Amino acid sequence: MLIKRSPNGIDLPFPSEITPRAVYEGRRAFLKQAAAGLVLAGTGELAFAAERPKLGAKRNSAYVVPDKPTDFEDATTYNNFYEFGTGKGDPARRAGSLRARPWAVAIEGEVAKPRTIDVEALLKLAPLEERIYRLRCVEGWSMVIPWTGYSLSNLIRAVEPNGHARFVEFVTLADPDQMPGLGSRVLQWPYTEGLRLDEANHPLTLLAFGMYGEVLPNQNGAPVRIVVPWKYGFKSAKSIVRIRFRRDQPRTSWNLVAPDEYGFYSNVNPEVDHPRWSQATERRIGEGGFFTPKRKTLMFNGYNQVASLYTGMDLKRYY
Amino acid sequence: MQPRQLAWTKRAVFLLGLLPFVRLFVLGATEGLGANPLEAITHGTGSWALYFLCITLAVTPLRRLTGWNWLIRLRRMLGLYAFFYASLHFIAFLWFDHFFDLEAMWRDVRKRPFITVGFLAFVLLLPLAATSTDAAVRRLGRRWQRLHRAIYLIVPLAVLHFWWMKAGKNDLGEPLLFAVIVAVLLLTRVIAWRRRVRAGAAA
Repeated sequence: MLIKRSPNGIDLPFPSEITPRAVYEGRRAFLKQAAAGLVLAGTGELAFAAERPKLGAKRNSAYVVPDKPTDFEDATTYNNFYEFGTGKGDPARRAGSLRARPWAVAIEGEVAKPRTIDVEALLKLAPLEERIYRLRCVEGWSMVIPWTGYSLSNLIRAVEPNGHARFVEFVTLADPDQMPGLGSRVLQWPYTEGLRLDEANHPLTLLAFGMYGEVLPNQNGAPVRIVVPWKYGFKSAKSIVRIRFRRDQPRTSWNLVAPDEYGFYSNVNPEVDHPRWSQATERRIGEGGFFTPKRKTLMFNGYNQVASLYTGMDLKRYY
Repeated sequence: MQPRQLAWTKRAVFLLGLLPFVRLFVLGATEGLGANPLEAITHGTGSWALYFLCITLAVTPLRRLTGWNWLIRLRRMLGLYAFFYASLHFIAFLWFDHFFDLEAMWRDVRKRPFITVGFLAFVLLLPLAATSTDAAVRRLGRRWQRLHRAIYLIVPLAVLHFWWMKAGKNDLGEPLLFAVIVAVLLLTRVIAWRRRVRAGAAA
């Protein structure tokens, strides 16, 4: 009899084999919604057009947090994705128009091997793994999400940045046919984010294709996004079509709107307040009820292993 | 309008004004407020405070426009509903944002301009709510009206609070709408006042 063993000797089931309660409840809710949608004969714009395919991957136990994962339902209905509207529920309602396949990502700039990679090829570039990360939004709420993907450093290595590359820019799709929120002038489109090359190369920086053991829902940044867990959520660009390696620091979307409120670094930092609210505490979505005080926010969102990236930097100045 | 009709109208308006509260309460008790119910309550009560402030300010221009003088009989209840939702909004802020830590709340009030103006608007509403009884109206006489003109300051402060809250997200569509509504409502006062002055000068 063949007994398969994982390299680390611990047999963990694939996440797809243990369907979390929240997920199947979410599916049931979806089925009800879908039935209602049929009754309404297509008047509703459902982001859940069909059940998403699985995206199984072995959990990497080096990248898990003890916190309880947020319910799938909450993580997929309470989103900031302004390309689909500024309301938290807008992405879940309206992201159904996003066509996540076919999809390609252009790799450009200061690299030896610029190329356009199809998302199917990107998926196979490195072994997928599941990691459970805390997500802290600059607005003062947080979630805990199981992502599926691999370290962005795998892709960076494959395209061979040259000696001039110091920053990496991530550009989100901006197609008015697929994204009804682009009519709004809240932000300059396309949504652009960026990291220093060493931040992008940090093993924590994830190129993600899935969450909760399934492919990314549109409203969460399908088909491919980055996840930088020690920075405020807006740094983690969604639905990426372009990754550009640059000599100079890119201008990023929120920084262009309000440079005093959203810095280029935007590391989670309880000591540095947002001008309009304190960042010392956060509301964990789905945790407790009316009588649960907020949680204390942790420096670098608890990911102290990134501290060495900022040695000697005044993080109050470079917020 | 007959007194009986007016009594029924008042009852209807009372029930209508209570609806947003009942809705928040029921949804809050049945997990119907989405992923962040505390935020939904804070935003919901704040919005309704602003709606009722605008409705209250609309009573006099609407009365002048339509000649329905009975509308004035609803104004006190509408103003008190504005105060009711503003109080819930303040309690939500004190409870959910600061978990009743008065010192932390006070730091927030002093440090952040959008909270400063919101807090100021709420504090200024307190004497108006306290002097809303018939007895207070009688006792204060002409001073009652002067005191209640504070509403002309309170409503712009509330709009500013909303504006600055949304400014960080550069999402100014709704605040702009309310700024325009309030500007129009206040402008009708200025026009009416100038007419009165001119009529007085002519006489």
